[in-house]
Amino acid sequence: MAELLKVEEIAPQFKRYLVHAPLVARKHRAGQFVIVLLHEHGERIPLTIADADPTAGTITLVVQEVGKTTMEMGTMKEGDSIEVVGPLGKPTHIETWGTCVCIGGGAGIAPMLPIARALKVADNHVVSILGGRTKDLIIMRPEMEGASHEVIYTTDDGSFGAKGLVTHALQDLMASRGKPDIVFAIGPAIMMKAVADMTRPLEIPTIVSLNTIMIDGTGMCGGCRVAVGDESKFVCVDGPEFDAHQVDFDLMMKRQRTYLNQEAVARERFLQELHECRAVPAPGEVE
Amino acid sequence: MARPQLDKKERIKIPRQPMPAQDPKERIKNFDEVALGFTPELAVAEADRCLECKQPKCIDGCPVSIDIPAFVAAIQQEDFERALAIIKKDNTLPAICGRVCPQEDQCEKVCVTGKKGTPVAVGRLERFVADWELERGEVRMPERAPSTGFRVAIIGSGPAGLACAADLAIRGHAVTIFEALHKPGGVLVYGIPEFRLPKRIVQTEIGNLERLGVEVRCNFVAGKTASLAELLEEHGYDAAFIGTGAGLPYFMGIPGENYIGVYSANEFLTRVNLMKAFAFPDFDTPINPGERVAVVGSGNVAMDCLRTALRLGAKQVICLYRRTRAESPARLEELEHAEEEGIDFRWLNSPVEIYGDDKGYVTGVRVIKMELGEPDDSGRRRPVPIKGSEYDIELDTVVMGIGQGPNPLLTHSTEGLKLNKWGNIVVDEATMRTSIPGVFAGGDIVTGAATVILAMGAGKKASAGIDQYLREEAKVPRSARP
Ligand SMILES: Cc1cc2nc3c(=O)[nH]c(=O)nc-3n(C[C@H](O)[C@H](O)[C@H](O)COP(=O)(O)OP(=O)(O)OC[C@H]3O[C@@H](n4cnc5c(N)ncnc54)[C@H](O)[C@@H]3O)c2cc1C
Ligand SMILES: Cc1cc2nc3c(=O)[nH]c(=O)nc-3n(C[C@H](O)[C@H](O)[C@H](O)COP(=O)(O)OP(=O)(O)OC[C@H]3O[C@@H](n4cnc5c(N)ncnc54)[C@H](O)[C@@H]3O)c2cc1C
Ligand code: SF4
Ligand code: SF4
Ligand code: FES
Repeated sequence: MAELLKVEEIAPQFKRYLVHAPLVARKHRAGQFVIVLLHEHGERIPLTIADADPTAGTITLVVQEVGKTTMEMGTMKEGDSIEVVGPLGKPTHIETWGTCVCIGGGAGIAPMLPIARALKVADNHVVSILGGRTKDLIIMRPEMEGASHEVIYTTDDGSFGAKGLVTHALQDLMASRGKPDIVFAIGPAIMMKAVADMTRPLEIPTIVSLNTIMIDGTGMCGGCRVAVGDESKFVCVDGPEFDAHQVDFDLMMKRQRTYLNQEAVARERFLQELHECRAVPAPGEVE
Repeated sequence: MARPQLDKKERIKIPRQPMPAQDPKERIKNFDEVALGFTPELAVAEADRCLECKQPKCIDGCPVSIDIPAFVAAIQQEDFERALAIIKKDNTLPAICGRVCPQEDQCEKVCVTGKKGTPVAVGRLERFVADWELERGEVRMPERAPSTGFRVAIIGSGPAGLACAADLAIRGHAVTIFEALHKPGGVLVYGIPEFRLPKRIVQTEIGNLERLGVEVRCNFVAGKTASLAELLEEHGYDAAFIGTGAGLPYFMGIPGENYIGVYSANEFLTRVNLMKAFAFPDFDTPINPGERVAVVGSGNVAMDCLRTALRLGAKQVICLYRRTRAESPARLEELEHAEEEGIDFRWLNSPVEIYGDDKGYVTGVRVIKMELGEPDDSGRRRPVPIKGSEYDIELDTVVMGIGQGPNPLLTHSTEGLKLNKWGNIVVDEATMRTSIPGVFAGGDIVTGAATVILAMGAGKKASAGIDQYLREEAKVPRSARP
């Protein structure tokens, strides 16, 4: 069992967890993830290792509360314990490419942090483009600024940085400065697809980190499979990073929706129980 | 008090005792065990059928050579404790093997009473005495030899790892089992369903191991959390046993296999057995097989998927197998149970394409009929497609139960480990040594997908090899070296 040493809210529906996991911290490389299980009745979910401190024996997880498991994790306190296994997946392939653009959207900013850092250490010029719906949802700005040479922000509502999508920022960047040597993109599947569609005709190498549904994370179930080129790949062991130009994003997005109905049932039930046990009216409820 | 001995003629006249079982109509609505086990009366009556042969063929049929006539004779005498002690000399996990061994191909296949009539139900008797001990609640623990100071790492907690760990602990070594999942047991826990092998039995066995002093560390993926070399050199283990099984699911490579609703057998069974998806939303992992399910394959894995789908509420459950019932590799009992439960077996049928709708959900499968041609390498007649015989079946879910290969996660991250062309670890058959000094292996990772008893036997054999290695080659524990 791994103890939660610190739980902080860093943005609405975003929490950062400092977790005691010495073996994982020691072996972690950028791009890798862990699988977390909250309790006996829980579901195994993958979360990227956003940071690791081998000396202190800790890892950092940054989690967006989107459904039952991530919301329930959000109710846990310092001193609580969870099951953690990892580090899983292949580490990011880091080289000295020249100019690297790191695009992070929403919860995808957290996994981008160790990659941007490693790229910078490898003497690349790192330009990060970070996007979110609104200012509050662009997480980890100071950390990403430290890990990049330049950071460009975009929001859907224009509350911070440029109004628009990360792809607009990428387009503007390329119009003024030319093609980067490589692009990394992590975020919602639709964002990664849009980036891939933009860089494919320009032949800019582009790496994405895929977030398929997983169970074991060790290549045993095949539930995480995606089509990459002509092949079927297991994201947990062959990835999670792949050549964006080869990934069948449409199929992947469909597969992500496999359990939409069940997820809604679980979420509603959890929220109801949460309100009952707190014995206070939920916002908007009349006593 | 000894019971009167029957003569041979009287013994031969006794019919094979029926196994009490849940009614098929009821059991397809629950996940409780199907075969309920012998009562003491049934067990003694069955034991009376054994002729106590001078040259008992049955022993040769058992992969771990249990002294079958001796333990059956003890049951005849109602001395169940002695019966169990005899079994345990060779089999660490009798409650499990008695339930899942393919007896009809092993001990019972060669039993002499089977020549003219039906064989002695050796497996059921073995299960009976093991259950008798479990019910009594007092497990007699074996003596542990004094501590040797050696530490052994066991990678994988399936039957191979469990058996190896038990024997090494008894020999006085300090043993840690490393398991990738959050629960130990391997296929016994994530694969074989509750209705065939109740999980409390596996848990009891693991509890007994812990009482022997074995440490079980879950959530540890060897090759990721630490490499094999690190386990030996940095974590200070003197030897290691690899029992990582055959966990890599195969797909057919036909069009449509990535539609929503196409599962590997491993995923389907893991969701239900390990994660308890049948109790969603009390358990958080979902599964939704819908009303019409087809399972491809006809081994034990496929039987488990078919019968699980039925219990999850599917109305129509179809087995697609490219050969005939006679070639089906499943245990006979599972096949019969599946037939009783109303599985629609379509022998000589093989899928060629899976269809889906524009949202990505499976809608059906195209199947081609086969006929049996000339025998192939395995000696079985090769299935040949019949031109123009294709037809379509409407479906919600397709489960691929066509086999598993060795998971390359550990083997490919371990330098110097010799593998064969299929990716299985190459070992010396007598000692189970691999190409790396101090590293041994056994079970499905060596043989390819096989059986619980073979994996258990390999774990036991390796424990002897490891013990010999430690005493004769390593000589001094790492911890005691300068
Ligand atoms: C390699 C990888 C790294 C990830 N890293 C992070 C991270 O650092 N921070 C973060 O906030 N999120 C991360 N995710 C996504 C995270 O795993 C999901 O948000 C989480 O599983 C949702 O669970 P839930 O019960 O809260 O929501 P649900 O309501 O169950 O699901 C919401 C959506 O999440 C996806 N999902 C559901 N179950 C799983 C599952 N078992 N495995 C994977 N995805 C699932 C589905 O697409 C689903 O529609 C990562 C995913 C992957 C594959
Ligand atoms: C559904 C199903 C039904 C079956 N039915 C029968 C039956 O009725 N009768 C019968 O005799 N046989 C049956 N079998 C076959 C039998 O279960 C296997 O032959 C047997 O379990 C093999 O044992 P093992 O110890 O080699 O490996 P496994 O039982 O596969 O255990 C391997 C363990 O190692 C772990 N592991 C893998 N890699 C790592 C790593 N890198 N680090 C740490 N841990 C790791 C896995 O998580 C797993 O827990 C069935 C198999 C399946 C899948
Ligand atoms: S072969 Fe059959 S009858 Fe003979 S000893 Fe074995 S079990 Fe008994
Ligand atoms: S272990 Fe299996 S083969 Fe051996 S006697 Fe028992 S049931 Fe028969
Ligand atoms: S999550 Fe099971 S194979 Fe990838």
